[in-house]
Amino acid sequence: MRVLVTGASGLLGRTTAAHVRDAGHDVRTFQRRPSGVDGVHDVLGSLTERDDVDRAVRGVDAVVHLAAKVSLTGDPADFRRVNVDGTRTLLDAAARHGVTDVVHVSSPSVAHTGTAIVGRDASPADPQRARGEYARTKAEAELLALGADGPLRVVAVRPHLVWGPGDEQLVARIVERARAGRLPLLGHGAALIDTTYLDNAASALVAALHRLADDDGAVRGQAYVVTNGEPRTVAEMLAGICAAAGVPAPTRRVPAPVARTAGGAVEAAWARLPLRSADGEPPMTRFLAEQLSTAHWFDQRRTRTDLRWRPEVSLDEGLRRLAASYGADREQADASDGPRRGARTGRDGDAPRGSARR
Amino acid sequence: MTGATTGHADRLPPPTTAPAGLPPVDLPGLDAGWSRLVTVPETPLLGAHGRADEPHGVERTWHVLDTGPALAARGVTPVGTLLCVHGNPTWSYLWRDLLAATLAAADDAPGDAWRVVAVDQLDMGFSERTGTHRTLRRRVRDLADLTDTLGLDGPVVTVGHDWGGVVSLGWAVDHPDALAGVVLLNTAVHQPADRPIPLPLRLALGALGPATVVTPAFLRTTLALAHPPLPDDVKDAYRAPYGTAERRSGIGAFVADIPAGPDHPSAGELDRVADGVRGLDVPALVFWGPRDPVFGDPHLADLLSRLPQAQVHRFEGAGHLVAEDVDTAGAVLTWLADRQPADAGSVRGTGTGTANGTAPASRRPPLWRRLDDLADDGSTALVEMAPSTGDGVRTVTWRLLARRVRELAAGLHAAGVRRGDRVSLLVPPGADLTATLYACLRIGVVVVVADAGLGARGLTRAVRGAQPAVVVGERRGLVAARALGWPGRRVSTTTLPRATAAALGVELSLPDLVDLGAGAALPPEPAPDDVAAILFTSGSTGPAKGVAYTHEQLAAMRDALADQYGLGVGTGLVAGFAPFALLGPALGCRSVTPDMDVTAPRTLTARAVAAAVAAAPAALDGATAVFLSPAAVANVVATSDDLTDDDHRALARVGLLLSAGAPVGEGLLAAIGDLLPAAVPHTPYGMTEGLLLTDVTLEEIRAAGDGGAAGGVCVGRPAPAATVRISALDADGRATGPLAATPGVTGEIVVAAPHVKDHYDRLWLTDRESRRGTPDGDGGARADVDGDVAPGARWHRTGDVGRLDAEGRVWVEGRLAHVVVTADGPVTPVGPEQRAQSVPGVARAGVVGVGPRGTQQLVVVVETDPGARRPSLATPELTADVRAAVGRDAAAVLVVPDLPTDVRHNSKIDRARLARWAEGVLAGGRVGPP
Repeated sequence: MRVLVTGASGLLGRTTAAHVRDAGHDVRTFQRRPSGVDGVHDVLGSLTERDDVDRAVRGVDAVVHLAAKVSLTGDPADFRRVNVDGTRTLLDAAARHGVTDVVHVSSPSVAHTGTAIVGRDASPADPQRARGEYARTKAEAELLALGADGPLRVVAVRPHLVWGPGDEQLVARIVERARAGRLPLLGHGAALIDTTYLDNAASALVAALHRLADDDGAVRGQAYVVTNGEPRTVAEMLAGICAAAGVPAPTRRVPAPVARTAGGAVEAAWARLPLRSADGEPPMTRFLAEQLSTAHWFDQRRTRTDLRWRPEVSLDEGLRRLAASYGADREQADASDGPRRGARTGRDGDAPRGSARR
Repeated sequence: MTGATTGHADRLPPPTTAPAGLPPVDLPGLDAGWSRLVTVPETPLLGAHGRADEPHGVERTWHVLDTGPALAARGVTPVGTLLCVHGNPTWSYLWRDLLAATLAAADDAPGDAWRVVAVDQLDMGFSERTGTHRTLRRRVRDLADLTDTLGLDGPVVTVGHDWGGVVSLGWAVDHPDALAGVVLLNTAVHQPADRPIPLPLRLALGALGPATVVTPAFLRTTLALAHPPLPDDVKDAYRAPYGTAERRSGIGAFVADIPAGPDHPSAGELDRVADGVRGLDVPALVFWGPRDPVFGDPHLADLLSRLPQAQVHRFEGAGHLVAEDVDTAGAVLTWLADRQPADAGSVRGTGTGTANGTAPASRRPPLWRRLDDLADDGSTALVEMAPSTGDGVRTVTWRLLARRVRELAAGLHAAGVRRGDRVSLLVPPGADLTATLYACLRIGVVVVVADAGLGARGLTRAVRGAQPAVVVGERRGLVAARALGWPGRRVSTTTLPRATAAALGVELSLPDLVDLGAGAALPPEPAPDDVAAILFTSGSTGPAKGVAYTHEQLAAMRDALADQYGLGVGTGLVAGFAPFALLGPALGCRSVTPDMDVTAPRTLTARAVAAAVAAAPAALDGATAVFLSPAAVANVVATSDDLTDDDHRALARVGLLLSAGAPVGEGLLAAIGDLLPAAVPHTPYGMTEGLLLTDVTLEEIRAAGDGGAAGGVCVGRPAPAATVRISALDADGRATGPLAATPGVTGEIVVAAPHVKDHYDRLWLTDRESRRGTPDGDGGARADVDGDVAPGARWHRTGDVGRLDAEGRVWVEGRLAHVVVTADGPVTPVGPEQRAQSVPGVARAGVVGVGPRGTQQLVVVVETDPGARRPSLATPELTADVRAAVGRDAAAVLVVPDLPTDVRHNSKIDRARLARWAEGVLAGGRVGPP
């Protein structure tokens, strides 16, 4: 099968392109910069340019659509141009060029209205009530994509909080803040959250692609949340990531009046904290603060049954791989900088190395 | 009843007229297609109470909800009709869930479909406003006129709520050929003579009568009686037909028609219906919401006296609008389905306690027979180490005990207490309780025993629900009974000063009853299958439930104890655990009540036990048995340093130690075993519904080990007459498996024994569930059982989960309600808790699930040693250790200073509460104490 993976310059896109390739497919990628993935054909261009999109889509059987504007803040028009209009352009091109299958990569935030999610399955995307420009435009895009099921075969997959070695978004931000001693715990850090190890998210997308091709109609028009299925408290997840990176785990709490819910209190305090990073983007928005202070974990039964998929990498194994990757980075850094405070020893050193990307 | 006025119709505004109409189309839960208008010729009534005959040729238009057309559209022919009559001030909207449920059931099983016809009574709801004041007699006739027009001639089950219950019963009495059953919800046909009219009704009658017409106050008040509160759109739907004072005129007229005295125009008709109900021999179902300011438990008791065959469920926590508060619609369907396969005429009453098992050919001697046998024996039967009279040790010979029991029995009878009446005993263990208990049993009076450990609120609920005719108590108990407004005549254990007796409403004392009974004849003995006692559960798993035993079943309990532990004439019994202690005289044991506060078993000291043992055997060389609760065992061990050499010598005579009432740890059992060198420590497994199901000794516990990967608590092998089977859990954590003896399969523990409960009192649904899937359950459906059971045995689902092992031993793994249902299947809590407790630094652990059933996450909550000062997440190290020990993916490990436990024993972790707390914390909520 000839498969187009859009957005393969990002971490999940790259990893997914590699997984699709390893599954024996002929892979083409589409983004502005080279993907850096071996054994695939890069088509460079912009999702907002109709001609570029035509070029990318022509001749493929299936599309895995990851390209999106993901940042936490920005001009609402930019989000719309890429996430909504770009998706529409891609779907139009796919229909015109005889593509059969589209795996639309979405986000659980498209259905998140700010309240705790405790063991729920995917709810319908809700652009009106989704929080923030990213979630709003991704919600619209998912509705567009699922609406195109008919002429095309479409499934939407929503990986939740993807992390892994090489992650410049979640992991890097956490580690950077923690290293600077400026990562507080939100409330008690006791909210349970689901996360997804990078390779599990990628394998779920491949599973979705294969399930569409089975042509039994089981997954068409459906949206699936994908996670590791191992919810953990925020505090434990942050501590695990910090330990893997060899930085101190957060101990400082954002003060929260006892009578108020941890989430609400943290949100209020968060806005006043000096947490701006170098690029001027706040490391945490109200949306992310909510994400990290209220429970978000999902019912994975339908996902696993319908996609015939289970995560292969456990959280513990994922953290070992993360530690291995930081260990490799540190060895390079140590060679130039000498010993560094906070370097880890002990069992993390036993972790298998170099297995993050297959 | 006196003092209430009559003839309120005179004070009402002139009745209004208005045509019938249809409800708005968008009322929640109501399908507009169910509504129809029916025009009915009115049968004139002949004049009564000085009224003229009614005119001929009048027609009335009704609004009714009717599923007939919907069933016809499905091509379904119903097996019968549910004729539903609402009360005041509601309308047929009350029955919307029943309409929907019957239609859904018709889709599933078209052959067993029921049609529902739910009427709006005339002048009510969307039916015609007739401009007349309609009496009860008129309303009963109105309903018959309607069913004549509709052609409802058979089989009809009437369903009535509130005043509609009376109208529906009037129809039932008048249509014996068509009638197939009656269903009643919070209604009454008779005001119990000794009860004042409830205050709200008095207000309505006296002051609110006209007011209910012109203001929506009565309507608003009634709608506010729902628990939980009704959604606003449902309240609006109830108000929909009553928007104006004209539309509300029927409400006031209805209130005015309640006969508050014998002179009321409707009193005669009410009496006719009330008497006629006694003659109904059709199946009856009564649903009751106790939180009802108008219809109380006395009304329920009156109804049940008229419908002894009724199956009753009293929904604790529900109120007047019981159909809104709980799923009565589903329960009605269950009841109908139960009757379907069997012939409709056969009614198995659980309300009156018919044994369902095969009765043994030979009956056991009743409990009091031993007293008759020993009536001339001058040896000691009872010893009270510290009677509440404070007069030092009190001993009672068999001769005296037999005589007292005889006198009290005759005295109670002479005082008008009759076979089948209920007597609540608020008497602490000792000679008075024993004598009163056996006296009640002898004359067939049903003994109600509720443990003070339930607390004032739980006790009040229990006693109100049981509706005793008499309360026997010490002064303290009677003060509480007075303060808490308990029902029943009052009898004090001692003669009280006249003023005190008057203040407490005490009629008689036990000495008075002895005097009354001294020369009086005894009534005949009750039958073996009559209900003998109602024992209340501890309430540690929801509101306390009344558990009914017949005389035969109590005798079987006595025999089970005798067989299991070799108890009999010559045994001394030191009784720190009430339920077994009361059987001492029936066993022929000499019973010694140690010096202790029975409401606080943890106050029993080692020296008090030694003193009781010393008092026990004297003339006998038989062994002495000591029965204690785990809390008492703990305190005896804790105070053992105070024992003297004499005390130790006394304790060395103890041959049997029984720790009963809650699980006891091996360590504690071993520690008390050390104090009683000649005793074999035992602990039975049982519950209020079956006190002795299995037994295990300390030695056997040690031999059993830790249960391997599944874990659990080994409770030993079944008692001689008991059978234990397992109903396996399915993937959803429900106990759906057949009753099997396969080793290693985890499921609900299901037992059969001749000494298992007869039924739950006034809890038909609970009772039904406790027999589900057994030969005694499911409306008589056959159920396969692996192996035989003892003659006269009945089945009971314990609500515990566990398994049998290859040796035939029973392992308890927790409560069925506490099973965590993960995406990978069910997890029973005790095994993981035991493994978590094996982690150094963990003192005690509770395992619960958070999230929706089927995708729950396991959470371990631990008490640490040393203890934590406040709840928090466990450290990463502790989390890792606990997770590794538990051997399953636990989403979180939380630390608390104290796990919540049951009040009574401080040993059973309240996992339901713990789960709610963990769910809140892990959703990002407040981290308070659990």
